[in-house]
Amino acid sequence: MKQQQYLYKEDNLIDSEPNKFRESELKSEEMIINLGPQHPSTHGVLRLEVLSDGEIIKEVVPHIGYLHRCFEKHAESLPYNQTIPFVDRMDYVAAMNSEHAYAMGVEKMLGISEQIPKRVEYIRVLVAEMNRIASHLIAVGTYGLDLGSFTPFFWIMRDREHILRLLEWASGARMLYNYIWIGGLFYDLPVGFEQRCREFITYFRPKVAELETILIDNKIFINRTANVGVLPLNLAINSGITGPMLRASGLRFDLRRVDGYSVYPELEFEIPIGEGKMGKVGDCWDRTWVRVKEIYESLKIMEQCLAKLEGEHKRTREFDPQALVPKKIRPKAQELYMRAENPKGELGYFFRADGKSDVPFRCKARACSFVNLSILPDLSRGVLIADLIAILGSIDIVLGEVDR
Amino acid sequence: MSDKKEELIALIRQASDEVTEIANSTPFGVNIKTESLLSVCELLYKNPAAYFDMLSCITGIDNGVEAGTMEVIYHLYSIPLNQSIALKVILPRDNPEVESVSSIWKSANWLEREVCDMFGINFKNHPDLRRILMPADWKGYPLRKDYKHEEYYRNIKIEY
Repeated sequence: MKQQQYLYKEDNLIDSEPNKFRESELKSEEMIINLGPQHPSTHGVLRLEVLSDGEIIKEVVPHIGYLHRCFEKHAESLPYNQTIPFVDRMDYVAAMNSEHAYAMGVEKMLGISEQIPKRVEYIRVLVAEMNRIASHLIAVGTYGLDLGSFTPFFWIMRDREHILRLLEWASGARMLYNYIWIGGLFYDLPVGFEQRCREFITYFRPKVAELETILIDNKIFINRTANVGVLPLNLAINSGITGPMLRASGLRFDLRRVDGYSVYPELEFEIPIGEGKMGKVGDCWDRTWVRVKEIYESLKIMEQCLAKLEGEHKRTREFDPQALVPKKIRPKAQELYMRAENPKGELGYFFRADGKSDVPFRCKARACSFVNLSILPDLSRGVLIADLIAILGSIDIVLGEVDR
Repeated sequence: MSDKKEELIALIRQASDEVTEIANSTPFGVNIKTESLLSVCELLYKNPAAYFDMLSCITGIDNGVEAGTMEVIYHLYSIPLNQSIALKVILPRDNPEVESVSSIWKSANWLEREVCDMFGINFKNHPDLRRILMPADWKGYPLRKDYKHEEYYRNIKIEY
């Protein structure tokens, strides 16, 4: 069969994703600027329709859906355990966290969440926190890139590589792991993993301090981000903003603490919040600063997990991380909403099981990037176009999760 | 927790006459009448005993052609009181319509657009109800149970 080729027609584009504003209805000083979907500072395939008056933005309309891969439709036709690789591909820079949330949700439906061995839980938290660091590094580094500082991006890529190699050693994949299974793990940690993790932490701590010096405390960076895109707390809560963005607006709210899932109640860590050190509380600088502080907290959690994994819950010959993995996953008829703290905010899964089949009747993912992005029009009204890039970068979206 | 549950149900009864608890729901949830959704939400948002200041998630469910119903589930969360609730409205499958809650919670704006995109549920008084994930000229609502995908989109064969 001859392969058909897509013929470019301008009308096709106008029909499939029309602008919200019509050119014929604009006032004489207004113009429409199209940003994306192929633009490096939109962090993926996000298209922004900007209505501006010269340099001043009047309205921003995000057009999303370019990376829609029908996650929910797929999840409705696959058994629970086979959905995990799809879950990876939602937030692809923090796949472990998404897997953790998904596995916890299904385990809660099956009623086996209390039986999961402590060693499995600690390994899950360890790898999830490593992935959280990797995700925050991407957020901070690419944000620097958006604002014109090139060096930190190379530094974070160098340091993130260590995390990816460690996770590759554990799971066999660099980004999309399929490591956390329902009821357990794919493998136990390889021998010597704990030692290498400790070496990484010793190496990495000074590097974060270095990153802070070169980027966060940089005068140009502060001038670009302080007092830009200030998100007041009441607007943040009303818009459903979660994660570092909500904390930067001054609320000490972290689901790891509030819900206390997995082994987080046994671990000690601080929840950094935005203090408005360089400008107002909840500006772009605060959001970046909160992320950097969270990297330190994640390192602390990693150390505590490693101490447990080398002490109380040591590796033994008999330990089988797949021992509790159910052969057949058929939860009772119920509805369940499970949420967990992802690097970008609250990731929620809604399941409805009908009790008669191995596939969920409905599986919905409440993606944090999707809800966080919806604040962009409110934040960027009346700012300069250059500030729009600064605001968008500070939201830290992953388009894989926005579009699912 | 059960005391709180009873209190909340009693509170919701003030705004809606038919309130029944959803069986096997985590967090606990109630079925309410479609017409009373907005008044119940306003009550839950403003009343100091409920204070649901965050709308986390809106889920649409299609129960299939035989059942002939669709559902919309709202997951609310109260940050100061640390409590969650799910509200459910059941809509007829032909011409499903429900009042938009985006006047109360801003997060409803995009979440409702997504439900509308995937299920074709009309949210009345929504400020900007356009397709969000699918292209604007897409035919049909993909997450309906009887959805059959088209063979061609703009002369491109859709292959699996």
